[in-house]
Amino acid sequence: MKVGLFIPCYINQLYPKVGIATLELLEKLGVEVYYPTGQTCCGQPLGNSGYEENAKGACQVFVENFKEYDYIVGPSGSCIHHIKEHFDILEQTDAVKNVRNNSYELCEFIVKILGKKNLGASFPYKVGLHKSCHGLRGLKLGSCSEKMDAYYSTEEELLKEVKGIELMSLKRKDECCGFGGTFSVFEEAISVKMGKDRIQDHLDNGVEVITGADHSCLMHLDGLLNRNNQPIKVMHIAEILNSSI
Amino acid sequence: MSHSEKAAIFNKNEAKVNWHDKALWFVREKRDTAAHKVKGWEYLRELASGIKANVLSNLDNYLIEFETNAVKNGIKVHWASNAEEHNKIVHSILSENNATKVVKSKSMLTEECHLNPYLESKDIEVIDTDLGERIVQLAKETPSHIVLPAIHKTKEEVDELFQKHLGTKPSNGNPEYLTNEARKHLRNKFLNADAAITGVNFAIAETGGIVVCTNEGNADMGAHLAKVHIACMGIEKIIPKEAHLGVFLRLLARSATGQPITTYSSHFNKPALGTEMHIVIVDNGRTEQLSREDFRSSLHCIRCGACMNTCPIYRRSGGHSYDATIPGPIGSILSPGKDLTKHSSLPFASTLCGSCTNVCPVKINIHEQLYKWRQLIVKDVKQPLIKKTILKIMGKVLARPKLYAIFGKSARWMLTYAPRFMVYSKLNTWGKSRELPKIENGNFDQWYKNRNKNG
Repeated sequence: MKVGLFIPCYINQLYPKVGIATLELLEKLGVEVYYPTGQTCCGQPLGNSGYEENAKGACQVFVENFKEYDYIVGPSGSCIHHIKEHFDILEQTDAVKNVRNNSYELCEFIVKILGKKNLGASFPYKVGLHKSCHGLRGLKLGSCSEKMDAYYSTEEELLKEVKGIELMSLKRKDECCGFGGTFSVFEEAISVKMGKDRIQDHLDNGVEVITGADHSCLMHLDGLLNRNNQPIKVMHIAEILNSSI
Repeated sequence: MSHSEKAAIFNKNEAKVNWHDKALWFVREKRDTAAHKVKGWEYLRELASGIKANVLSNLDNYLIEFETNAVKNGIKVHWASNAEEHNKIVHSILSENNATKVVKSKSMLTEECHLNPYLESKDIEVIDTDLGERIVQLAKETPSHIVLPAIHKTKEEVDELFQKHLGTKPSNGNPEYLTNEARKHLRNKFLNADAAITGVNFAIAETGGIVVCTNEGNADMGAHLAKVHIACMGIEKIIPKEAHLGVFLRLLARSATGQPITTYSSHFNKPALGTEMHIVIVDNGRTEQLSREDFRSSLHCIRCGACMNTCPIYRRSGGHSYDATIPGPIGSILSPGKDLTKHSSLPFASTLCGSCTNVCPVKINIHEQLYKWRQLIVKDVKQPLIKKTILKIMGKVLARPKLYAIFGKSARWMLTYAPRFMVYSKLNTWGKSRELPKIENGNFDQWYKNRNKNG
């Protein structure tokens, strides 16, 4: 099994430690991982802003980089969702179809494809899980509070096996944090308010570390936490699953 | 003013935003509880969506079937291709009956057509009889929510409004007192009305009858007391069979307010002896929306308002920030079809979180349609130069890995070494209330290169 590691642009540039944790974790699980160095971005920031047409070049670069792998795995639900959902703007060649079908968010890949839950991690902190919307409602990493289906959560299945962790429950289990890509800038007031409200829910429930499968949401929350000097840290779920504290 | 500008103004009063958010979240949670009690809820949504898709595909036939059956029952049916025609038809019916006093129960269609100001300009008194609608009418405002029209008003604000218009005593916003006073005031209006206007929730093709759902019984009060009943409906309100009410009535109130059913589900099948009943069937842009393949399912909407209650942006920006008859997520996919330029900011008033799509009882893929409108808007409506330029350059950079590497490096350099006052300037909207990420040593690409060199 050859896995192409997809490191989203903002993780590559701003949060290399998340990329490192993802790679180390996959290697620890015995996966043969390759990192195609010509990769840039999935094009989501353009598509979500209405400039899908201008993203075609980026999408093509993505397909070129990843077309030969059995699986494409990335630590970001929303980027993977964009590949699966919005690469319909490209001509649907076999390469494009394969890339769309074989792209997986990290947690989903570990649980569904590798069939593993206990990854041997330990992390003795009170953790709040932020269920990012594109992973949850788009990729269906878990059941959604709006729907009347049976409860499940891919991220929780993995986190529950982490030694010492205490998963805190929240009042609003899957409300959006307000990041939304360029929404965070063009609808600044609402974006900030949504983020503040999400953080308050975690504070009210004694959370020490907010985690999730999408670091863009966490970046937004971290920006607010740091500005307001609030006593919570954010960590990508790959960092927790890869830790042995 | 764009949605974001109006939303920013609404957010100046954070306590009010919190209150608005909590009030609507409470309704969303009530909806969850109610839906959980229905076995096969998701299947019901599937059925409702299927029935509506069938209606839209055969709308011409169903409308004619409905008209034929309604006429057989003694109802007069009128057709209006737009708002102006609708208003003229309603006015002519009122004129023929010498009606100058009208009571009207909830109808988003008549809001859409701006019927009230039209009739008032013809010296006809129109009283909205739904309590929430009466409140916004007295305040000279528009509904901020399609089911809870006055949700943006606190009970204290209603207290002041009633003191001014209905002569009530100050009561510190006592809901019981205020409701009783409104009742007395409205009772008087009901008893003296010449005609009653209602909306339509469902128009049944096989019977030619209509169903109107209210909690206050105000549609019945109006329609039964007045000599003339005019029901106004959009062409998409059709359902094929009476039996289909078993699907829609179960979904509607649960989705809207978390009630198992509205207090009144009133069936109007023919005029009572000595009275007249009219139905005005309105297009007003619906056929055009029907022709847009990507957006036609927006016409499935049964106006429950669940997408508003669940929308984290709606809850924190208030209905008026949308500046449209129908606010919230569903309004943001309907309104651009009517006036793309005026409503061009609405499809961007969303994080595309998809909660609206999940609660929608008729399974409209609202967030996907928001995404699709965005693609059309940047082509057809002039965009801010900075936004357009940045995104187009970004597109070019991301298509060229080498250029991308240079850009990434310089951005990180800026964030690391540029002085704070430069980074956190007015141009940096992100940094108004948020810190930017702290830059670590190098990026992932460099780390990976080094590791392979060393390993």
